[in-house]
Amino acid sequence: MVLQAIAFYLLAATTLVAGVAVISARNPVHSVLFLITTFFSAAGLFVLLGAEFLAMILVVVYVGAIAVLFLFVVMMLDVDFTALRQGFARYLPIGAIVAGILTVEMVIVAGSVAANGAAKASTGPAPARPGFSNAADIGAVLYTDYVYLFQAAGMVLLVAMIGAIVLTLKHRAGIRRQNVGDQVARDTKSGMVMVSIKPGEGIEL
Amino acid sequence: MIGLTHYLTVAAILFTIGVLGIFVNRKNVIVILMSIELILLAVNINLVAFSVFLHQVAGQVFALFVLTVAAAEAAVGLAILVTFFRWRGDIAVDDASVMRG
Repeated sequence: MVLQAIAFYLLAATTLVAGVAVISARNPVHSVLFLITTFFSAAGLFVLLGAEFLAMILVVVYVGAIAVLFLFVVMMLDVDFTALRQGFARYLPIGAIVAGILTVEMVIVAGSVAANGAAKASTGPAPARPGFSNAADIGAVLYTDYVYLFQAAGMVLLVAMIGAIVLTLKHRAGIRRQNVGDQVARDTKSGMVMVSIKPGEGIEL
Repeated sequence: MIGLTHYLTVAAILFTIGVLGIFVNRKNVIVILMSIELILLAVNINLVAFSVFLHQVAGQVFALFVLTVAAAEAAVGLAILVTFFRWRGDIAVDDASVMRG
């Protein structure tokens, strides 16, 4: 129990400190690296809760794909990031006030919900079906009760992929590309010409 | 004993960090996108915490879908950013209003 509490406070503190570092780092590359730290420690929190499947998905999807995507874009764009930071100090006071109020409100609501809401009678973290692993639990409902939503999620990803390709693909003029149609349509009549050359005269093409 | 309140508090603070990030980095779209990721992560922590404490797996399935949408959003957002950068040579969002029309 004590070990669990130590792990929780360690992971929670890492998550929050890295979260603050994400929004306050001067260099966006550092921001991305802190984002990775945040997601890693959040995955640790998920493991602590007993949601191992989502924890691993978080590491694979976020650290493996999204964070690397962010890194690519940050490094690819040649932008003066210090110029983009102007206004940071100007908006900080009002932002801090709003964030403070929001935090206090949400913590009060969270405490109230945990004490009086549906989780009041909860006996603590436990798997939905005793004797089954977390992944088996999710799989049992994901491909049955939520199969249409699952398909819709796949459709969302497909549309996002096509959208990203359409947005970033550009055809530059003046670049010779392979035209498969032309190549296949070519036959001996159009691709070859017979010329009889007299000896010693050469040929003009 | 670590209870539901602890996890909800972490999620609430992470959520406000994300909101603060959007507030203070008004010009930097990349950090704004990262702030949105933080907000969605906070939502996921809430969903998973409730799912585990209520012994119902539906919350985790929902968190999975939130993760999917977050991934799609990041991909499309960064693609728009790259297109905008190519067109303007800069990523200051203040200038993005010139794209209307």
